[in-house]
Amino acid sequence: MKQTCKTRRLLPGFRLTLGFTLFYLSVVVLVPMSAMILRGSGIGWDGFWKHVLHPRAIAAYQLSLVASLTAALLNVLFGTLVAWVLVRYTFPGRRLMDALVDVPFALPTAVAGLTLGNLYGPQGWIGQWLIPMGIAGVNSRFGVVIALMFVSLPFVVRTVQPVLESFEQEVEEAAATLGAGRWRTFFRVVLPTLLPSIITGFALAFARALGEFGSIQFVSGSIPFKTEIAPQILIQHLDEHETAGAIAVALFLLIISFLILGTINLIESWARRFQN
Amino acid sequence: MAGSVRRKLTPANTRSRRGADESRLTQWILISVAAIFVGLFLVLPLVSMFYEAFRRGPMAYFAALTQENTLDSIRYTLTIALLVVPLNALFGMAAAWALTRFQFRGKALLTTLIDLPFAISPVVVGVMLIALFGYQGWLGPWLREHDLKVVFALPGMVLATVFVTFPFVARELIPMMQSQGTEPEQAALTLGASGWQVFWHVTLPSIKWALLYGLILTTARAMGEFGAVFVVSNRIAGEMPIPLWVDNLNADHRGSDAFAVASLLAFLALGTLMLKAWLESRHQREEAAGMWITAAPVVNSGESETAFTSNTPS
Repeated sequence: MKQTCKTRRLLPGFRLTLGFTLFYLSVVVLVPMSAMILRGSGIGWDGFWKHVLHPRAIAAYQLSLVASLTAALLNVLFGTLVAWVLVRYTFPGRRLMDALVDVPFALPTAVAGLTLGNLYGPQGWIGQWLIPMGIAGVNSRFGVVIALMFVSLPFVVRTVQPVLESFEQEVEEAAATLGAGRWRTFFRVVLPTLLPSIITGFALAFARALGEFGSIQFVSGSIPFKTEIAPQILIQHLDEHETAGAIAVALFLLIISFLILGTINLIESWARRFQN
Repeated sequence: MAGSVRRKLTPANTRSRRGADESRLTQWILISVAAIFVGLFLVLPLVSMFYEAFRRGPMAYFAALTQENTLDSIRYTLTIALLVVPLNALFGMAAAWALTRFQFRGKALLTTLIDLPFAISPVVVGVMLIALFGYQGWLGPWLREHDLKVVFALPGMVLATVFVTFPFVARELIPMMQSQGTEPEQAALTLGASGWQVFWHVTLPSIKWALLYGLILTTARAMGEFGAVFVVSNRIAGEMPIPLWVDNLNADHRGSDAFAVASLLAFLALGTLMLKAWLESRHQREEAAGMWITAAPVVNSGESETAFTSNTPS
């Protein structure tokens, strides 16, 4: 190991590249983040909790949480189905379907929000059919879930797909030879193998949905206590020039995202071990 | 989408395996459900987007695109992208070089830091910049003294965009450079090449597709970012990039104009996807031709790679 370190050090540019990397990261990330944390600590505990635990804010966190969970779960269902169909079956338009899965990655969220807002609106192609069913497509929680589903769909498909591709179908054949029916094989053999990747995909989709703002701005109508999500609380504070409130809520959301990042890394390492 | 340059759609098993395939009927039911879902969920929004944009005819479409504020927003978006993309490309190359060519303490921490923007909500990024550069921020008094404006102006939007897009190039390059190893570079050095020569003639040619892919992702994201930029913009017409102008038009009940302007971003997205497909096919062809076997994968040190590899919230 020592030997490799030595030979690798022979390549030039260590100080230059590492120095630039650290400088860039400091200017872009670390300094603004510490500024926010320090400004936040200046608010004091009472002020911090007053803003973070405001009833309107709590309602927004709840909606963010529930809507993101719902969207991620629905994506697990449909995303796994799409991944399955793409990997296992041949049909006309398969390449197109595979390419389409990337659309939510590539489409700016403002465009997604604008289009979904129109499509599910009262006069929209889908929205007009929802009204007789008593569902408001926009300015509603339904609309929030739809938008969150749209932006987080690729995560599930793209996490499950490669695992399914490398799956040995011999195992399924063996199960079939031993007399297991197709459904039984799926639930007892295939699903347990896919589970780690499905969980990872779920976690990624959930994290993505939780931070989403752009598309929601177009479909939720930001009705307090009803369709407002956590990032919109932040915007509301800023609009009222209540910087302290914005910083308090931003700090809270930052802590939450670190917790989620940690959890996802744990799940990932667990999934890797499971797979090996 | 890290490493997705190499991702390709493997041909499905055409050979039917005994007992390991569903009946034809089940297959077609599943395919139909997936197709209906994709159609309703991904195709219909795209179709309705272009339908709304062109509904009033080409004249109205071009009128919406050529009005002064729209042109301003295009100018803003291009300025932001032109500043952000080269900066982040430079950072990505430096970070990839440092992380894949050397061993040092704190490497894992640095890798985590590079992934940070994938975890943080872009709206929070905007608040960070306000906490630093706003009137009540750390540098606020100093900036006011020197009559400088960062947040609620173009520099703030550039910084916000740099923050949300800086991992893209690095995340494409790191796995690629890791798997290629350093033998060709060491050889070039031994033969008397200078550090820069090694980089230009040995490293760069072997990472060009990954680099190009990272640049495309960065550009697309930089032009499409909404959340972070929204927070640090003054939201004055004529002083905002395209995504914010779309929001502004929509809020003003100028829906048709909003769709026309949004179609620019949709074309950008479709262009990105096509470029991506083209890059993947080019890459595969070169790989098949053996041009990529410059070095066998030597150093797969089992670096942990977080799965935070794709687009982020905004």
